[in-house]
Amino acid sequence: MVLSKTSSESDVSVHSTFASRYVRASLPRFRMPENSIPKEAASQIINDELMLDGNPRLNLASFVTTWMEPECDKLIMASINKNYVDMDEYPVTTELQASLKYCRRKNRCVNMIAHLFNAPLGDSETAVGVGTVGSSEAIMLAGLAFKRKWQNKRRAEGKPCDKPNIVTGANVQVCWEKFARYFEVELKEVKLRDGYYVMDPKKAVEMVDENTICVAAILGSTLNGEFEDVKLLNDLLVEKNKATGGGFIAPFIYPELEWDFRLPLVKSINVSGHKYGLVYAGIGWVIWRNKEDLPEELIFHINYLGADQPTFTLNFSKGSSQVIAQYYQLIRLGYEGYRNIMENCRDNMLVLKQGLEKTGKFNIVSKDNGVPLVAFSLKDNSCHNEFEVSDMLRRFGWIVPAYTMPPDAQHVTVLRVVIREDFSRTLAERLVIDIDKVLHELETLPSRISARIVLANEEKLDAVAEKVKKDQNEIKEIITAWKKFVMEKKKMNGVC
Amino acid sequence: MSPFASRYVRASLPRFKMPENSIPKEAAFQIINDELMLDGNPRLNLASFVTTWMEPECDKLIMASINKNYVDMDEYPVTTELQASIDHPHTPRRLNLMLELNFIEELDILENRCVNIIAHLFNAPLGDSDAAIGVGTVGSSEAIMLAGLAFKRKWQNKRKAEGKPYDKPNIVTGANVQVCWEKLARYFEVELKEVRLRDGYYVMDPEKAVEMVDENTICVAAILGSTLNGEFEDVKLSNDLMVEKNKETGWDTPIHVDAASGGFIAPFIQPELEWDFRLPLVKSINVSGHKYGLVYAGIGWVVWRNKVDLPEELIFHINYLGADQPTFTLNFSKGSSQVIAQYYQLIRLGYEGYKNVMENCRDNMLVLKQGLEKTGKFNIVSKDNGVPLVAFSLKDNSNHNEFEVSEMLRRFGWIVPAYTMPPDAQHITVLRVVIREDFSRTLAERLVFDIEKVLHELETLPSRIRITAKIILADDEKAAAANKEKRDLEKTREITTVWRKFVMQRKMNGVC
Repeated sequence: MVLSKTSSESDVSVHSTFASRYVRASLPRFRMPENSIPKEAASQIINDELMLDGNPRLNLASFVTTWMEPECDKLIMASINKNYVDMDEYPVTTELQASLKYCRRKNRCVNMIAHLFNAPLGDSETAVGVGTVGSSEAIMLAGLAFKRKWQNKRRAEGKPCDKPNIVTGANVQVCWEKFARYFEVELKEVKLRDGYYVMDPKKAVEMVDENTICVAAILGSTLNGEFEDVKLLNDLLVEKNKATGGGFIAPFIYPELEWDFRLPLVKSINVSGHKYGLVYAGIGWVIWRNKEDLPEELIFHINYLGADQPTFTLNFSKGSSQVIAQYYQLIRLGYEGYRNIMENCRDNMLVLKQGLEKTGKFNIVSKDNGVPLVAFSLKDNSCHNEFEVSDMLRRFGWIVPAYTMPPDAQHVTVLRVVIREDFSRTLAERLVIDIDKVLHELETLPSRISARIVLANEEKLDAVAEKVKKDQNEIKEIITAWKKFVMEKKKMNGVC
Repeated sequence: MSPFASRYVRASLPRFKMPENSIPKEAAFQIINDELMLDGNPRLNLASFVTTWMEPECDKLIMASINKNYVDMDEYPVTTELQASIDHPHTPRRLNLMLELNFIEELDILENRCVNIIAHLFNAPLGDSDAAIGVGTVGSSEAIMLAGLAFKRKWQNKRKAEGKPYDKPNIVTGANVQVCWEKLARYFEVELKEVRLRDGYYVMDPEKAVEMVDENTICVAAILGSTLNGEFEDVKLSNDLMVEKNKETGWDTPIHVDAASGGFIAPFIQPELEWDFRLPLVKSINVSGHKYGLVYAGIGWVVWRNKVDLPEELIFHINYLGADQPTFTLNFSKGSSQVIAQYYQLIRLGYEGYKNVMENCRDNMLVLKQGLEKTGKFNIVSKDNGVPLVAFSLKDNSNHNEFEVSEMLRRFGWIVPAYTMPPDAQHITVLRVVIREDFSRTLAERLVFDIEKVLHELETLPSRIRITAKIILADDEKAAAANKEKRDLEKTREITTVWRKFVMQRKMNGVC
């Protein structure tokens, strides 16, 4: 009796993913594959690639939230197929009580955040604001509002309105530069200086001219977490405040700090829900002081069966999960909860800072007050510099970025660790231990910079030309050896 | 304590101010979850093109990557890294950036692969290993804005070089265009010149469009898959007419195709239809990943024909210590889940899979359409070719109109929108059902069934319109009949009130 063997090639459901032919095939890069593959294979393949991405929670470079309670994860998953209603789908009218409900939740968030920022609202007045995909969109909307308002004013005065500008610090984020470039506004940057890494209010005000549509201050500079002195700026003439990092920090641990709508010239504020708003990536908020600060002509009115649905955003179809998650956090934590979290962050920041100071090898560039982060640089970076420290920390799984300051402080390099909600004291202490280890290792390594100094000192050309050549070769060898050394260490970077 | 036993469900949810105190997570979850229940079932929302279902495996992938953030490139100042890398070409900084970049590399890689795959799908003129020019966006709105920006800048540069004024750019498109084009126009200060529709012709007329083009036109925007009735515009005709006009005028006006819906349909069920980069004047195309790309809301794509169509000055080069990271998007921090989900779909389904899905949609669309035709009460306004949807209007809307049908369908849980056409066809009202991947034949048959029920009910109701007529007639009678008039009025008012109450009561029925 012959037992027939069925070809298992055709019965794809039999094979476990790693036994199947799918993990042998190279993933498509340029063209759509002709055929479908089983969902388990697709899922496994992508999942495995993403493993190489590293553990988001050890990414100390990012401000963006990397952990939320499982209950919120459930809510997010349940609403992943609920779309923020695409109001463009509806040319004139339709139903969608549902959409109005989405709007209500968003409106609740906007109201709560507006009140947090002390917007001058009556008890049942609704705030003027929108939810966005992030601070970039928020900033663009705020900038657009300022630009349009200024243009209208200039036209009424019969003056030219073709050269608008914004005054801000050189510590400004790229999204401001994008706004400037895409919306044809000039960016006038106040340069930094050694020891002063935020926008100087006096210099800023000096730069203001008749074409300035607003001055942008940052509450929580990304470079060193510092809060700019918005009050001083206001008192010297402020017109806008940007609070990406600090908007969900200052109200809870520095409530007496006047930076928000309490200052009369502050007309709009943007904040990232996905930073200290404690929501995953993809949500930001922009609030205007009141209706006059948002020119009516920028608002689109979509009519839903007679009910007016005003909209002012750049993006329309987007998932609604983040709005729900933001609302969850606001009601789940409440004022008390946010305050506790921010205080914890601050305490852990101090633990890290003190640990670093104890090593005796670092200058602390960040302030205690501000966004909870620690920015530090080496006291002596002649042998090894901050970038090498950053490299080596990767080996332990930590991602700690190093970067040079913008002009005019480019000679200063810092390492920066952001303290997020999920960065516990244990992790802080562990990080200090690992940084210590890295410092010790670096001391044993030859310095690249001193080698080059030796080279530069060789000035006698004729007699020592050969010696120079020999030295160069030696140095090249050292560099190659060092490169190899680091490459080998790199191979061992199993992060996930 | 179980949430429903606690005091938290007795308290009114905060609406204006943040609550002082925290509440337990279970309570927060339950409260929000319960509210969301009232939102209605997304899968029964037949108004939306946006994907409402994905395979559980993909859901898992999405959840696993929900805390992976597309690295906030705007966190990093643009300036000095470049300087540093010039001064010290061999320092470890270069290695450092590699390691840091690794973190976003995977996501970037996936996004690039998606762009390449989509570009090839649209027959972009690329060599075998050329990298396509395109980006992932949050949706078609962002995609359109980026494409519009590129056209505007390119045109401005050209005009400046010619020494001509460049302060009045415009875009020519149909009145059936989506709101996001109007937003582009308003926010980026471009005039929108709309070709009006007419009875029976609900898309942009290529001849009229080309007539409207002038020297200030930065592009002509054609739609592959009008949202009103799903029709594909005749992009080829627009291209051919435009080529002729360009020859005469020398303006070189390009075309953009808004393929938000059609981009993931035409290549699979109408591959012979020439609408994409096969037409020489098409310079950019946008498509929604979250419509027939079969991904949840939050992903779109825009692809350019080649490098020259995307002005270099719009691209930001973030320098990570020597390595160039070009970026051209409006949004930066955003979840990475959708890019991953898009890639999943592309490799999971492949050409074959997408084709099958679209063919199913088309078949179910025909089932629905035939069911509606059988009732004898509707005109079908949509075409068979195009986006799988059925747009239909009542043959006789003198007693009851499409809005009432829409309202009553809500009672059965269906969300079917009704809307009037843009000018010059405002007298036409349609109901529209979008056939998505997860709209099975069973559901199509059930919908027809429910629509029939609604029609029968409406027949039993007094017509709102007739009541108004009665009132008008009553007003015409003389003083002698004044009292009778008054009585009539009161009666009709009563009827109207009763009817309103009747409808209101029905409205309150839970949707989920």
